[in-house]
Amino acid sequence: MNRNILAYLFVMSLVSFIIRVLPVTLIRRQIKNRFIRSLLFYLPYATLAVMTFPAILSISENPLCGAAAFAASLLTAWFTKNLFLSAIFGCAAAFLTALLI
Amino acid sequence: MEKNKKISPFVKGLRDGLPIGAGYFAVAFGLGIAAQQTGMTPLQGFIMSFFNHASAGEYAGIAAIRSGAAYLETAMLILIANARYLLMSTALSQKLSPNLSLFHRLLIGFSITDELFGIGIAYPGFLDPFYMYGTFLTTTPLWASGTAIGITAGNILPDIVVRSLSAAIYGMFIAVIIPPCRTNRNITIVVLVSFALSWLMSVIPAFASISEGFRIIILTLIISSLAAFFMPLPEEEVTTA
Repeated sequence: MNRNILAYLFVMSLVSFIIRVLPVTLIRRQIKNRFIRSLLFYLPYATLAVMTFPAILSISENPLCGAAAFAASLLTAWFTKNLFLSAIFGCAAAFLTALLI
Repeated sequence: MEKNKKISPFVKGLRDGLPIGAGYFAVAFGLGIAAQQTGMTPLQGFIMSFFNHASAGEYAGIAAIRSGAAYLETAMLILIANARYLLMSTALSQKLSPNLSLFHRLLIGFSITDELFGIGIAYPGFLDPFYMYGTFLTTTPLWASGTAIGITAGNILPDIVVRSLSAAIYGMFIAVIIPPCRTNRNITIVVLVSFALSWLMSVIPAFASISEGFRIIILTLIISSLAAFFMPLPEEEVTTA
Protein backbone atom coordinates (compact mmCIF):
# COMPACT_ATOMS: atom_id res chain seq x y z
CA MET A 1 0.00 0.00 0.00
CA ASN A 2 2.77 2.42 0.95
CA ARG A 3 4.75 1.78 -2.21
CA ASN A 4 1.53 2.16 -4.16
CA ILE A 5 0.90 5.61 -2.71
CA LEU A 6 4.43 6.71 -3.55
CA ALA A 7 3.85 5.66 -7.17
CA TYR A 8 0.67 7.76 -7.25
CA LEU A 9 2.52 10.69 -5.73
CA PHE A 10 5.22 10.36 -8.38
CA VAL A 11 2.67 10.39 -11.23
CA MET A 12 0.85 13.38 -9.72
CA SER A 13 4.06 15.35 -9.14
CA LEU A 14 5.46 14.60 -12.59
CA VAL A 15 2.31 15.74 -14.42
CA SER A 16 2.02 18.85 -12.23
CA PHE A 17 5.66 19.71 -12.93
CA ILE A 18 5.40 19.28 -16.71
CA ILE A 19 2.23 21.39 -16.91
CA ARG A 20 3.85 24.19 -14.94
CA VAL A 21 7.24 24.41 -16.63
CA LEU A 22 6.48 23.62 -20.28
CA PRO A 23 5.03 26.98 -21.43
CA VAL A 24 7.32 29.15 -19.32
CA THR A 25 10.44 27.40 -20.64
CA LEU A 26 9.37 27.08 -24.29
CA ILE A 27 7.94 30.56 -24.87
CA ARG A 28 10.84 33.01 -24.84
CA ARG A 29 9.90 35.80 -27.20
CA GLN A 30 7.69 38.67 -26.22
CA ILE A 31 4.31 38.05 -27.80
CA LYS A 32 3.47 40.98 -30.10
CA ASN A 33 -0.01 39.90 -31.13
CA ARG A 34 -2.50 42.37 -29.69
CA PHE A 35 -5.26 39.80 -29.17
CA ILE A 36 -3.01 37.37 -27.33
CA ARG A 37 -1.54 40.09 -25.14
CA SER A 38 -5.02 41.30 -24.27
CA LEU A 39 -6.10 37.71 -23.60
CA LEU A 40 -3.19 37.18 -21.22
CA PHE A 41 -3.98 40.49 -19.51
CA TYR A 42 -7.57 39.45 -18.74
CA LEU A 43 -6.82 35.80 -18.03
CA PRO A 44 -5.78 36.04 -14.37
CA TYR A 45 -8.83 38.11 -13.47
CA ALA A 46 -11.20 35.64 -15.15
CA THR A 47 -9.47 32.59 -13.65
CA LEU A 48 -9.34 33.91 -10.10
CA ALA A 49 -12.93 35.20 -10.25
CA VAL A 50 -14.21 31.89 -11.62
CA MET A 51 -12.34 29.97 -8.93
CA THR A 52 -13.64 32.22 -6.16
CA PHE A 53 -17.32 32.20 -6.93
CA PRO A 54 -19.40 30.19 -6.23
CA ALA A 55 -16.70 27.94 -4.65
CA ILE A 56 -16.54 30.26 -1.62
CA LEU A 57 -20.17 29.35 -0.83
CA SER A 58 -19.07 25.74 -0.25
CA ILE A 59 -16.68 26.37 2.65
CA SER A 60 -19.48 25.36 5.01
CA GLU A 61 -22.69 23.32 4.78
CA ASN A 62 -24.59 26.60 5.06
CA PRO A 63 -23.82 28.85 2.07
CA LEU A 64 -24.50 31.90 4.26
CA CYS A 65 -21.05 31.48 5.86
CA GLY A 66 -19.33 31.68 2.50
CA ALA A 67 -21.62 34.50 1.38
CA ALA A 68 -20.65 36.51 4.47
CA ALA A 69 -16.97 35.81 3.82
CA PHE A 70 -17.42 36.82 0.18
CA ALA A 71 -19.08 40.12 1.10
CA ALA A 72 -16.53 40.90 3.82
CA SER A 73 -13.55 40.17 1.55
CA LEU A 74 -15.04 42.16 -1.34
CA LEU A 75 -15.57 45.23 0.85
CA THR A 76 -12.18 44.92 2.55
CA ALA A 77 -10.33 44.46 -0.75
CA TRP A 78 -12.16 47.39 -2.31
CA PHE A 79 -11.44 49.80 0.52
CA THR A 80 -8.04 48.66 1.86
CA LYS A 81 -6.47 46.85 -1.17
CA ASN A 82 -4.84 44.67 1.50
CA LEU A 83 -4.43 40.93 0.87
CA PHE A 84 -4.02 39.97 4.50
CA LEU A 85 -6.94 42.04 5.82
CA SER A 86 -9.17 40.76 3.05
CA ALA A 87 -8.42 37.18 4.09
CA ILE A 88 -8.76 37.85 7.83
CA PHE A 89 -12.09 39.66 7.55
CA GLY A 90 -13.38 36.93 5.25
CA CYS A 91 -12.50 34.25 7.83
CA ALA A 92 -13.93 36.31 10.68
CA ALA A 93 -17.21 36.87 8.81
CA ALA A 94 -17.50 33.14 8.07
CA PHE A 95 -16.79 32.27 11.70
CA LEU A 96 -19.24 34.80 13.16
CA THR A 97 -21.95 33.71 10.73
CA ALA A 98 -21.37 30.08 11.68
CA LEU A 99 -21.73 31.01 15.36
CA LEU A 100 -24.97 32.90 14.74
CA ILE A 101 -26.77 30.24 12.73
CA MET B 1 6.92 52.87 -3.26
CA GLU B 2 10.03 54.69 -1.95
CA LYS B 3 10.11 52.37 1.01
CA ASN B 4 9.74 49.28 -1.16
CA LYS B 5 12.87 50.13 -3.13
CA LYS B 6 15.05 49.57 -0.07
CA ILE B 7 14.17 45.91 0.40
CA SER B 8 15.33 43.20 -1.98
CA PRO B 9 12.81 41.37 -4.20
CA PHE B 10 13.60 38.18 -2.28
CA VAL B 11 12.69 39.69 1.09
CA LYS B 12 9.63 41.35 -0.41
CA GLY B 13 8.63 37.93 -1.74
CA LEU B 14 9.09 36.32 1.66
CA ARG B 15 6.90 39.02 3.19
CA ASP B 16 4.18 38.95 0.51
CA GLY B 17 4.07 35.18 0.81
CA LEU B 18 3.24 35.18 4.52
CA PRO B 19 -0.49 35.95 4.34
CA ILE B 20 -0.81 33.46 1.48
CA GLY B 21 1.07 30.85 3.48
CA ALA B 22 -1.26 31.39 6.44
CA GLY B 23 -4.24 30.69 4.20
CA TYR B 24 -2.45 27.72 2.65
CA PHE B 25 -1.84 26.20 6.04
CA ALA B 26 -5.56 26.14 6.82
CA VAL B 27 -6.57 24.69 3.45
CA ALA B 28 -3.71 22.18 3.50
CA PHE B 29 -4.90 21.11 6.91
CA GLY B 30 -8.27 20.16 5.43
CA LEU B 31 -6.48 18.48 2.56
CA GLY B 32 -4.51 16.45 5.10
CA ILE B 33 -7.73 15.22 6.68
CA ALA B 34 -8.90 13.98 3.28
CA ALA B 35 -5.49 12.44 2.56
CA GLN B 36 -5.59 10.57 5.87
CA GLN B 37 -8.49 8.47 4.56
CA THR B 38 -6.25 6.96 1.87
CA GLY B 39 -3.82 5.71 4.49
CA MET B 40 -1.26 8.31 3.55
CA THR B 41 1.42 9.01 6.16
CA PRO B 42 2.27 12.58 7.24
CA LEU B 43 5.58 12.34 5.38
CA GLN B 44 3.84 11.20 2.20
CA GLY B 45 1.36 14.05 2.62
CA PHE B 46 4.27 16.49 2.94
CA ILE B 47 5.87 15.10 -0.22
CA MET B 48 2.59 15.24 -2.15
CA SER B 49 1.96 18.85 -1.18
CA PHE B 50 5.53 20.03 -1.65
CA PHE B 51 5.70 18.77 -5.24
CA ASN B 52 2.10 19.40 -6.30
CA HIS B 53 1.14 22.45 -4.23
CA ALA B 54 -2.30 22.69 -5.85
CA SER B 55 -5.48 22.19 -3.87
CA ALA B 56 -7.75 21.05 -6.73
CA GLY B 57 -5.03 18.86 -8.22
CA GLU B 58 -4.22 17.22 -4.92
CA TYR B 59 -7.88 16.59 -4.14
CA ALA B 60 -8.18 14.92 -7.54
CA GLY B 61 -5.10 12.81 -6.77
CA ILE B 62 -6.45 11.81 -3.36
CA ALA B 63 -9.74 10.76 -4.98
CA ALA B 64 -7.78 8.70 -7.53
CA ILE B 65 -5.77 6.97 -4.82
CA ARG B 66 -8.90 6.32 -2.78
CA SER B 67 -10.70 4.71 -5.72
CA GLY B 68 -7.62 2.78 -6.84
CA ALA B 69 -7.54 4.49 -10.24
CA ALA B 70 -4.99 3.44 -12.87
CA TYR B 71 -1.85 5.60 -13.06
CA LEU B 72 -2.76 6.82 -16.54
CA GLU B 73 -6.21 7.86 -15.31
CA THR B 74 -4.57 9.61 -12.37
CA ALA B 75 -2.29 11.48 -14.77
CA MET B 76 -5.31 12.58 -16.84
CA LEU B 77 -7.13 13.74 -13.70
CA ILE B 78 -4.14 15.81 -12.61
CA LEU B 79 -3.80 17.24 -16.11
CA ILE B 80 -7.44 18.33 -16.09
CA ALA B 81 -7.45 19.61 -12.53
CA ASN B 82 -4.22 21.55 -13.06
CA ALA B 83 -4.55 22.54 -16.72
CA ARG B 84 -5.08 26.17 -15.76
CA TYR B 85 -1.38 26.22 -14.83
CA LEU B 86 -0.64 25.80 -18.53
CA LEU B 87 -2.42 29.11 -19.05
CA MET B 88 -0.75 30.73 -16.05
CA SER B 89 2.67 29.49 -17.15
CA THR B 90 2.03 30.94 -20.61
CA ALA B 91 1.02 34.27 -19.09
CA LEU B 92 4.09 34.27 -16.82
CA SER B 93 6.38 33.62 -19.81
CA GLN B 94 5.41 37.13 -20.90
CA LYS B 95 6.43 38.57 -17.54
CA LEU B 96 10.00 37.26 -17.78
CA SER B 97 13.05 38.87 -19.27
CA PRO B 98 13.71 37.11 -22.64
CA ASN B 99 17.28 36.46 -21.43
CA LEU B 100 16.26 34.63 -18.28
CA SER B 101 18.01 31.25 -18.04
CA LEU B 102 16.35 27.85 -18.33
CA PHE B 103 17.20 27.14 -14.69
CA HIS B 104 15.24 30.16 -13.45
CA ARG B 105 12.37 29.36 -15.83
CA LEU B 106 12.12 25.81 -14.49
CA LEU B 107 12.06 27.04 -10.90
CA ILE B 108 9.57 29.82 -11.61
CA GLY B 109 7.35 27.36 -13.47
CA PHE B 110 7.55 24.90 -10.61
CA SER B 111 6.56 27.59 -8.11
CA ILE B 112 3.28 28.48 -9.88
CA THR B 113 0.14 28.30 -7.78
CA ASP B 114 -3.08 30.28 -8.20
CA GLU B 115 -1.99 32.78 -5.58
CA LEU B 116 1.70 33.06 -6.46
CA PHE B 117 0.66 33.53 -10.08
CA GLY B 118 -1.66 36.29 -8.91
CA ILE B 119 1.04 38.26 -7.14
CA GLY B 120 3.71 37.31 -9.70
CA ILE B 121 1.64 38.75 -12.54
CA ALA B 122 1.05 41.91 -10.48
CA TYR B 123 4.84 42.44 -10.06
CA PRO B 124 5.86 45.69 -11.76
CA GLY B 125 7.88 45.14 -14.98
CA PHE B 126 9.75 41.90 -15.60
CA LEU B 127 9.18 39.36 -12.85
CA ASP B 128 12.25 39.00 -10.63
CA PRO B 129 12.93 35.25 -10.10
CA PHE B 130 14.03 35.90 -6.53
CA TYR B 131 10.73 37.54 -5.71
CA MET B 132 9.02 34.29 -6.74
CA TYR B 133 11.51 32.21 -4.73
CA GLY B 134 10.78 34.37 -1.68
CA THR B 135 7.04 33.82 -2.01
CA PHE B 136 7.61 30.11 -2.66
CA LEU B 137 9.72 29.72 0.48
CA THR B 138 7.10 31.18 2.82
CA THR B 139 4.14 29.47 1.19
CA THR B 140 5.00 25.95 0.03
CA PRO B 141 6.60 24.70 3.28
CA LEU B 142 3.47 25.92 5.09
CA TRP B 143 1.28 24.20 2.51
CA ALA B 144 3.25 20.96 2.81
CA SER B 145 3.48 20.98 6.62
CA GLY B 146 -0.21 21.95 6.83
CA THR B 147 -1.02 18.77 4.93
CA ALA B 148 1.23 16.67 7.17
CA ILE B 149 -0.24 18.19 10.33
CA GLY B 150 -3.77 17.76 8.98
CA ILE B 151 -3.09 14.05 8.50
CA THR B 152 -1.62 13.80 11.99
CA ALA B 153 -4.13 15.90 13.83
CA GLY B 154 -7.22 14.61 12.06
CA ASN B 155 -10.16 16.25 13.67
CA ILE B 156 -8.64 17.87 16.77
CA LEU B 157 -9.58 21.40 15.72
CA PRO B 158 -13.31 22.13 15.75
CA ASP B 159 -14.82 21.85 12.30
CA ILE B 160 -16.20 25.39 12.51
CA VAL B 161 -12.69 26.84 12.86
CA VAL B 162 -11.24 24.85 9.96
CA ARG B 163 -14.13 25.80 7.71
CA SER B 164 -13.87 29.47 8.61
CA LEU B 165 -10.14 29.49 7.93
CA SER B 166 -10.75 28.05 4.50
CA ALA B 167 -12.32 31.40 3.51
CA ALA B 168 -8.80 32.89 3.62
CA ILE B 169 -7.76 31.64 0.21
CA TYR B 170 -10.79 33.25 -1.42
CA GLY B 171 -10.19 36.48 0.48
CA MET B 172 -6.77 36.55 -1.17
CA PHE B 173 -8.10 35.88 -4.65
CA ILE B 174 -10.55 38.71 -4.09
CA ALA B 175 -7.78 41.05 -2.92
CA VAL B 176 -5.96 40.40 -6.21
CA ILE B 177 -8.89 40.97 -8.57
CA ILE B 178 -10.97 43.66 -6.85
CA PRO B 179 -8.63 46.65 -6.26
CA PRO B 180 -7.87 47.07 -10.03
CA CYS B 181 -11.65 47.27 -10.60
CA ARG B 182 -11.61 50.68 -8.95
CA THR B 183 -9.70 52.17 -11.86
CA ASN B 184 -10.27 49.78 -14.79
CA ARG B 185 -13.82 49.35 -16.04
CA ASN B 186 -12.87 46.45 -18.37
CA ILE B 187 -11.47 44.41 -15.48
CA THR B 188 -14.67 45.10 -13.54
CA ILE B 189 -16.70 43.69 -16.44
CA VAL B 190 -14.49 40.59 -16.68
CA VAL B 191 -14.71 39.94 -12.93
CA LEU B 192 -18.49 40.39 -12.76
CA VAL B 193 -19.13 38.26 -15.85
CA SER B 194 -16.80 35.58 -14.45
CA PHE B 195 -18.66 35.50 -11.13
CA ALA B 196 -22.01 35.30 -12.92
CA LEU B 197 -21.14 32.63 -15.51
CA SER B 198 -19.27 30.53 -12.97
CA TRP B 199 -22.32 30.59 -10.73
CA LEU B 200 -24.65 29.79 -13.66
CA MET B 201 -22.53 26.82 -14.73
CA SER B 202 -22.61 25.40 -11.21
CA VAL B 203 -26.41 25.72 -11.05
CA ILE B 204 -27.55 24.60 -14.52
CA PRO B 205 -27.78 20.79 -14.34
CA ALA B 206 -26.27 20.20 -17.80
CA PHE B 207 -23.08 22.01 -16.75
CA ALA B 208 -22.97 21.17 -13.05
CA SER B 209 -21.58 17.70 -13.75
CA ILE B 210 -18.50 19.20 -15.43
CA SER B 211 -15.51 18.92 -13.11
CA GLU B 212 -14.36 22.06 -11.34
CA GLY B 213 -11.06 21.99 -13.21
CA PHE B 214 -12.75 21.87 -16.60
CA ARG B 215 -15.22 24.57 -15.61
CA ILE B 216 -12.34 26.85 -14.72
CA ILE B 217 -10.54 26.17 -18.02
CA ILE B 218 -13.62 26.60 -20.23
CA LEU B 219 -14.88 29.77 -18.57
CA THR B 220 -11.43 31.34 -18.32
CA LEU B 221 -10.75 30.79 -22.01
CA ILE B 222 -14.17 31.98 -23.17
CA ILE B 223 -14.36 35.06 -20.95
CA SER B 224 -10.80 36.25 -21.55
CA SER B 225 -11.11 35.64 -25.31
CA LEU B 226 -14.29 37.69 -25.50
CA ALA B 227 -12.73 40.42 -23.36
CA ALA B 228 -9.60 40.48 -25.54
CA PHE B 229 -11.74 40.65 -28.67
CA PHE B 230 -14.20 43.31 -27.57
CA MET B 231 -11.97 45.27 -25.17
CA PRO B 232 -8.40 44.92 -26.51
CA LEU B 233 -5.60 46.71 -24.74
CA PRO B 234 -4.60 50.02 -26.35
CA GLU B 235 -1.61 49.66 -28.71
CA GLU B 236 0.67 51.65 -26.37
CA GLU B 237 0.15 49.23 -23.53
CA VAL B 238 0.58 46.33 -25.90
CA THR B 239 4.17 47.27 -26.69
CA THR B 240 5.29 47.81 -23.09
CA ALA B 241 5.95 44.90 -20.79
